[in-house]
Amino acid sequence: MNSSDVLGLTVQAAKTLLDRGEVSSYELTRAVLDRIREVDGRVNAFVTVTEDEAMAQARSADRRIADGDTGPLTGVPMQIKDNMCTWGVPTTCASHMLQDFIPPYDATVVARLQMEGAVLVGKGNLDEFAMGSSTENSALFPTRNPWDLDRVPGGSSGGPAAAVAADECVFSLGSDTGGSIRQPAALCGVVGLKPTYGLVSRYGLVAFASSLDQIGPLTKNVTDSALVLNAIAGHDRNDSTSIRYDPPDYSRALKPDLKGLRIGVPTEYFVEGLEPGVEEAVRTAIGVLEELGAEVEETSLPNTEHALAVYYIIAPSEASANLARYDGVKYGYSAAEADGMWDALDKTRQDGFGPEVKRRIMLGTYALSAGYYDAYYLKAQKVRTLIAQEFRDAFQRFDALVTPTSPSVAFKLGEKTADPVQMYLNDILTMPANIAGIPAISVPGGIADGLPVGLQFLGPPLGEETLFRVAYAYEQATEWHRMRPDL
Amino acid sequence: MKLTTEEVRHVAALARLGMTDAELELMRDQLSHILESFDALGQVDTDGVEPTRHSIDVDSVMRDDKVRDSLPREDVLSNAPLREGDFVRVRAVLGDH
Repeated sequence: MNSSDVLGLTVQAAKTLLDRGEVSSYELTRAVLDRIREVDGRVNAFVTVTEDEAMAQARSADRRIADGDTGPLTGVPMQIKDNMCTWGVPTTCASHMLQDFIPPYDATVVARLQMEGAVLVGKGNLDEFAMGSSTENSALFPTRNPWDLDRVPGGSSGGPAAAVAADECVFSLGSDTGGSIRQPAALCGVVGLKPTYGLVSRYGLVAFASSLDQIGPLTKNVTDSALVLNAIAGHDRNDSTSIRYDPPDYSRALKPDLKGLRIGVPTEYFVEGLEPGVEEAVRTAIGVLEELGAEVEETSLPNTEHALAVYYIIAPSEASANLARYDGVKYGYSAAEADGMWDALDKTRQDGFGPEVKRRIMLGTYALSAGYYDAYYLKAQKVRTLIAQEFRDAFQRFDALVTPTSPSVAFKLGEKTADPVQMYLNDILTMPANIAGIPAISVPGGIADGLPVGLQFLGPPLGEETLFRVAYAYEQATEWHRMRPDL
Repeated sequence: MKLTTEEVRHVAALARLGMTDAELELMRDQLSHILESFDALGQVDTDGVEPTRHSIDVDSVMRDDKVRDSLPREDVLSNAPLREGDFVRVRAVLGDH
């Protein structure tokens, strides 16, 4: 097997090859590492490549395969976003603050995937502390979109989305606080799932906004998304917000028709600023859903217009509290020259954090400070209730909702960095799902100006099976997921 | 909502973020611009609406008070920027330093 054989290789296809003995995990992992060596100098999807560990894990996976002790992910090369702890492997959050941090434990998701025998080939780049929509906020280097190297991959899981699109791994894990899995998945033409809040353990995920953060898979198709979710979903005693719920086998939800399913199209998601090419692709996709037997109807979610403000008050507020832990004492960067504890704190945080992280800490500190708490933080939490209620009402009438994932296709590096609010608008269609805690998936839904367009489906809490069914039926009826960038 | 440089300096002190004067001024303009984009939120009628802190019902989680293995001390201390033996070293908190 050589590096060209991994192009378009899915979890499902890899498993078939491994089970039949046509290829070993060692050979497969070698081929993926070769692919990384060939293209990552241009894409920059990886912060760390764990070559030696990967080869050792691949050998051990081959022993398991020989013993017949295998699951769907055994021996399959994966990447993990670099804000999830990997025991003994640096976990930087793409920040100077954690550049030398080596976790003494694995995140629960990492432990579960390694228990299944998945092989870690490296850690994916991100916007610093997962704050951003283009991966340009990485303090290390920007990642580039495999479809056009002058364009961003989206963010904050830009490394994972680009790595999957460029076939530098078979699948990856991202985290999604306001769209950080789905928006880059859309911009790179891959599948990205944000599960229901609490379905996947956040233990070992470096916290950004704890009431919004959720881990999920980035994959080459919907089937793989279900297979990876099978491995990572379920209660974890180390995460107090993890739901006590016994997840089903999500792969059983994959059925290629939509007869009797009611799908709503919320008009507020076809916003001013939505690129015509994106709207056209999404309208065409909605036609496909109707042909597959779905009953499609327009609906209205008027509070959607407040999602941006609610999100950019709640997320920075929680971030300002979570990031208070970076004091340069227990771990992480510490300013060398300082006059006592307070000066050390000020300097450590001044040098350790990048501009966007500082902006959000400041915004959150302000929103929580005396005199402003009621007007900003409490108000945002009340409007959050209204947004969640609106979704609850909608899901009385609909099994799922369909929208564009992002208002635009991938934009050029540097195009939106001057104005923070312009950058924030990239997540306007993905933030509502985090605010309400509901699951949402982005699948390839067309091409505009030669670049991928993402189609987003939203479902009720724990409605992942319905989402997979809708996404799978759409995928099987179209060819978009088979399109690959020419690198 | 226009912030003053003094307000921004106060928030930076609360957040323990050292900032140069140039950074303070840039932050003042950017935060003011961001806060202006939130203005419409004040118009939403939220009378009688309960705040949502978590999208799912979260209760206090209790566990049995049994001894569990913790991380090895050396592994935890290995990331400390300053240490002395089995302790994390901190800089002077009180007095002249």
